[in-house]
Amino acid sequence: MAKHEWLSEIEAMVGRQYGRIYAWDKVNEAMVRQWCEVMGVENPLYTDADYAATTEYGELVAPPAMLQGWCLAGFGDEILAPGSTKENPYGALVFLEKQGYPAVVAVNSNLHFDRYITMGEKLYYTTVFDSISDEKTTALGTGFFVTLKMTYFSEKANGQDDEKVGDMMFRVFKFKPAKKPETKAPAKEAAKRKRPKPGISDDNRFFWEGFEAKEMRIQECNSCKKLQHPPAPVCMHCHSFDLGYKVASGKGELYSFVIMHYPHVAPFDSPNPIGLIELEEGVRIPAGLIGLEEGVSPKIGQKVEVEYHLFDGELTLPQFRLLPIKES
Amino acid sequence: MNESISGKAAIAGLGATEFSKNSGRTELRLAMEATLAALEDAGIDPSEVDGFCSYSVDKVPEYEISRLLGCNEVKFFSQIPHGGGAACAPIMHAAMAVASGVAKTVVVYRAMNERSWYRFGTGDYGFASSPVFENINYGYYMPHGFHTPASWVGMFAQRYMHEFGATSEDFGRVAVASRDFAATNPAAFFYEKPITLEDHQASKWICEPLHLLDCCQESDGAVAMVITSVDRAKTLKQKPVVIKAGAQGIAEGQQIMTSYYREDITGLPEMGIVAKELYTQSGLGPNDFQTAIIYDHFTPFVLPQLEEFGFAERGKAKDFIRAGHHERGGKLPINPHGGQLGEAYIHGMNGVAEAVRQVRGTSVNQVDDVENVLVTAGTGVPTSGLILGAE
Repeated sequence: MAKHEWLSEIEAMVGRQYGRIYAWDKVNEAMVRQWCEVMGVENPLYTDADYAATTEYGELVAPPAMLQGWCLAGFGDEILAPGSTKENPYGALVFLEKQGYPAVVAVNSNLHFDRYITMGEKLYYTTVFDSISDEKTTALGTGFFVTLKMTYFSEKANGQDDEKVGDMMFRVFKFKPAKKPETKAPAKEAAKRKRPKPGISDDNRFFWEGFEAKEMRIQECNSCKKLQHPPAPVCMHCHSFDLGYKVASGKGELYSFVIMHYPHVAPFDSPNPIGLIELEEGVRIPAGLIGLEEGVSPKIGQKVEVEYHLFDGELTLPQFRLLPIKES
Repeated sequence: MNESISGKAAIAGLGATEFSKNSGRTELRLAMEATLAALEDAGIDPSEVDGFCSYSVDKVPEYEISRLLGCNEVKFFSQIPHGGGAACAPIMHAAMAVASGVAKTVVVYRAMNERSWYRFGTGDYGFASSPVFENINYGYYMPHGFHTPASWVGMFAQRYMHEFGATSEDFGRVAVASRDFAATNPAAFFYEKPITLEDHQASKWICEPLHLLDCCQESDGAVAMVITSVDRAKTLKQKPVVIKAGAQGIAEGQQIMTSYYREDITGLPEMGIVAKELYTQSGLGPNDFQTAIIYDHFTPFVLPQLEEFGFAERGKAKDFIRAGHHERGGKLPINPHGGQLGEAYIHGMNGVAEAVRQVRGTSVNQVDDVENVLVTAGTGVPTSGLILGAE
């Protein structure tokens, strides 16, 4: 992807620090109580002063997760608390907006707490524009991952140095939304895809043709009478090229299995259970499983029986139905 | 006279790019960066290279590297098939070439933009139906949607769990230990990002019985090494890392990822063949290693590998893992770079690189007093292994 000329301009902004944004209110019991009520937090360390006095902290503390909340902007015309600098800490995002990347989605944030915050502390934070990714395309659209780092401080009186109390990595994706296809919904499109076809050669044609005749044909050596699967041009036991097949009963048991969840690949169902079946004739064959009950895992050793299903109007495949486990 | 390759050749130079999800440059460039770094590390002039070996799935041809290096005379080149099963074999082939005198200075490399250019696990490969063997073979799986490496491994894992009582938590313990090492390896993608067993259990199903955190990463990057004779390596810049043994293995009933038709599918007999040959060549045994690089594209196959090499009895690797022997500080810490689960997936070549650092004593997660390191290659496929050690 060719680099935009203006990228050097925004890359030069990396590392820039943006001012102080103050909390509107000192850390206080009322806001802590309201936050705990709304969030369903019942820890008495945050709301019960008598209890808090008996803990190692000796007094009420604020829930650490409130750290970002204390310094959030307000709603009015003057949205930043007094003392805050006026410079927009999201300058990099404003810049990208001007280049034609209007949409934004928060991607992830990591919070780190140095210590508990106590009642009466006055907090502020500074912001560093930490990094910008190369241009990326995701399902949402094309744009840039922008990472900001906020550092939170408790302001001290009497000329003492302010104390760092926590920090936050905050990453957003600033992007041009992808254009939605105008016609056909994706699901409909997916439904049109067909199952991959097997590779058929002179060595295994009998096997695949058998399914159309609703037969499970397992290769048999006409010389030594042993079975083998997958089919081959020669007997792996006696090296005879004189091979035929035996029609198996289609009954067997589950030797192993998987349940596929991801990635979703059309036209297959998700989840897609696949069994490794040990046929009663003694050879194994993998195939789709049917008859799973929701929430009940298949059991190794469970009896199965073949059924033949036509897919896409042209491909007959064996599927093995899980039979009920008999109570003993 | 010792007719084996043991002790005849050494890894004299090591180079790598950074590991990422999008290298932003071509695979050829990655291969050249790693190769030049390896030659610089060894103190060998590029024109001296007279041999190459890589994976058959690597898309960078040795003749282009040779042209760009300005090699005078290249007399040996080979490629090893079967994906990650080739992780150790190029070094073995290079050692064979050096030991036999066919070549003197062999570069091995693996360069890939696997994550950003093509992904191995999409399940959507567009196999054709013409009667070449590959189509015939995958035709038994693809029409059912049984089409990802995770699902093929899962089929073995489910049976292994059933027979030996291993659990998803046991697989998780492998991932947790790898991520612990990665957390202190700045070259790892998951640097400073350890996980807990709870994280592992809570991660989404990719394919039952495999969770997301049972699966290795997808990565871009390159690793290269230079192999020459032990005698010459002693005159070069780095401490020689001696190739004490190298082996490949194909066992009865072998297929690529789908050897389901063997009497028993809970073991990795091809790795057993590699183990026997490595121990025979080197005269070493399971008690002679201070650390090991055990191929970890998916966690479940780490367990039978520990059994095939005699670190645990059949079916007992779960006890080895539960005791934490594989962890940092354990009796056999495995994958101290963080493995392919934690550092990067460079098809196992980054694991060989870690073994080199462990023998040199230069790893960020250095194990004490390393004399011998076992390295294994991809599991479920025709595979390979190495024993590297100090002189």
